[in-house]
Amino acid sequence: MRKKVQKRKLHKERLTFTLMALPFVIFTFVFSYVPLFGWIFAFTNYKPGRSLKNLKFEGLKYFRYIITFWNDVSNALINTLALSILSLMTMVLPILFALLLNEIRSSKYKRVVQTVVTMPNFVSWIIVYSLCFALFSTDGMINTFLDALGINATINILGNADGAWAFMTILGVWKSIGWSSIVYLAAIAGVDETLYDAAKVDGAGRFRCAVHVTLPGILPTFLVLLILGIGNLLNLGMEKYLLFSNTVTSSKLEVIDLFTYRMGIGTQQYSFATAVGILKSGVSILLLTITNLAAKKIRGETIL
Amino acid sequence: MKSKSTPFDWINVVLMFLMMLACFYPFYYMLVYSFSDPQLSKFGITLLPKGFTLENYRKVLTLPNILSAAGVSLLRTGIGTLVTVLCCSLFAYLVTKPMYGRKIIYRMLVLTMYVNGGLIPTYLVMRLYHLNNNFLIYILPSALSAYNVILIKTFMEQLPPSLEESAILDGASPIVRWWHILMPLSKPILATITVFAAVNQWNAWFDAHIYMTDSSKWPLQYILYRYLTEAQQAAAMLEKDLNGDMVAKEITPAAVRMTVTAVITIPILMVYPFMQRYFVKGIMLGAVKG
Repeated sequence: MRKKVQKRKLHKERLTFTLMALPFVIFTFVFSYVPLFGWIFAFTNYKPGRSLKNLKFEGLKYFRYIITFWNDVSNALINTLALSILSLMTMVLPILFALLLNEIRSSKYKRVVQTVVTMPNFVSWIIVYSLCFALFSTDGMINTFLDALGINATINILGNADGAWAFMTILGVWKSIGWSSIVYLAAIAGVDETLYDAAKVDGAGRFRCAVHVTLPGILPTFLVLLILGIGNLLNLGMEKYLLFSNTVTSSKLEVIDLFTYRMGIGTQQYSFATAVGILKSGVSILLLTITNLAAKKIRGETIL
Repeated sequence: MKSKSTPFDWINVVLMFLMMLACFYPFYYMLVYSFSDPQLSKFGITLLPKGFTLENYRKVLTLPNILSAAGVSLLRTGIGTLVTVLCCSLFAYLVTKPMYGRKIIYRMLVLTMYVNGGLIPTYLVMRLYHLNNNFLIYILPSALSAYNVILIKTFMEQLPPSLEESAILDGASPIVRWWHILMPLSKPILATITVFAAVNQWNAWFDAHIYMTDSSKWPLQYILYRYLTEAQQAAAMLEKDLNGDMVAKEITPAAVRMTVTAVITIPILMVYPFMQRYFVKGIMLGAVKG
């Protein structure tokens, strides 16, 4: 009898919680899962404003466009891969920064440096673009300064297609190096003190301590972040490329996300843009699966 | 480690100083430019303001849309952050409780971190919901973030259950327990999430770019975007706005851009040093999860 009452009470409790969670479940469905069904638009001639009743099924027509426009698509792919790989390569810089900062003896100075260098991470890319425009454009600070020195060479950093990849990579480092180094600084703080003592007894100086004790200590953290980075290879974000691409640099800065944006919202080729988005998602899932397997092999556990 | 300073130490100190300079100077330049007389600053500024003036700020406040944009930015930061924190926290609380289909609900949430519709399908669906030109587009899509829910859930799970149990004995309802016991206990994690959500809302502009044609609903960031991409617009607007007033010509587009940039950045610069410990905590939480 008592057991039955208890069971009913448990049922009632469960029901209450389930009902309370229901709005959130519906919300997640509406905002995260319904857009997935939006992939159907890639197979139809849908345009906003057009009634869903007159939807015409077009089969793989818009996927064939990918081949028709292969020049543009492949250019976007190459840009995406190049910029991703460059940013993966610069992932060692936060480590270097953390190691050097760790060697600063005054803890106050250390804190100030860390605070200032982390700051750019919290401003938007628009602000970064605005600052770059003020400093680097043809009538910006650098060029007026050179002018004042009597040097008549206009440096056009923002309108330089050859240097666009490098410039964006440097900006990425500028914005994120302080932020990314926080994880490594924490990992360094977590290295066992006795290891340093042991190394010193063996006659290791500061440099060798850093290489043989600190670096191995932060290697696991780096590997995790590297694997995550490879899994996210195609997810570069597009805001910064949208801001920095202009008539000169657009051929070098048009990443896949920007291409879908331009095709979809810019020229209203919604179905084609969705098809390109699906292609990207497919490659992304493939990459994620591969890196997940690799992570399992290396670390014995998956990242997902 | 009380050995003497080596040349390496000196080089290191200088190197770190240069790093600081590279990160600090652009913001310094922005501030100095915004306080300079535009007629002098257009010939170049490097270190010191030329003809200190507040005129730029006064002028920028008279730009069309700028006050409504400031209102929108503040509103979306305030409401958006509040909604995110409340929703994520309540959902996280519920997920720690026995529910029918709890595992499926949780998996469904986690999956949203890895799979999404992508830009165009999301855009089309939001338009089908009639969220374009609607302030809610700033609030709703970011209201429930799987990542935040996971962080809060993990935090709540390691709290001692005895506190909530005593409230159950007192007959408190789940909502009361969540609000009066779990929320106050989760303050550290909620503070971190609040700070991140607020920064994200303040910095957001792309949603306005694709969904908002109604200029009265643009946030500050997007106003700046317009000034940056439509080079002459700022100057033209100034002249149009202060019709016939010759003073209008005294401010240059560059000064407008720098001042608007400063208006957007100063709140972040002012809040940031006090919030830094929450930021640091935030990335550590992320690292533990990774």
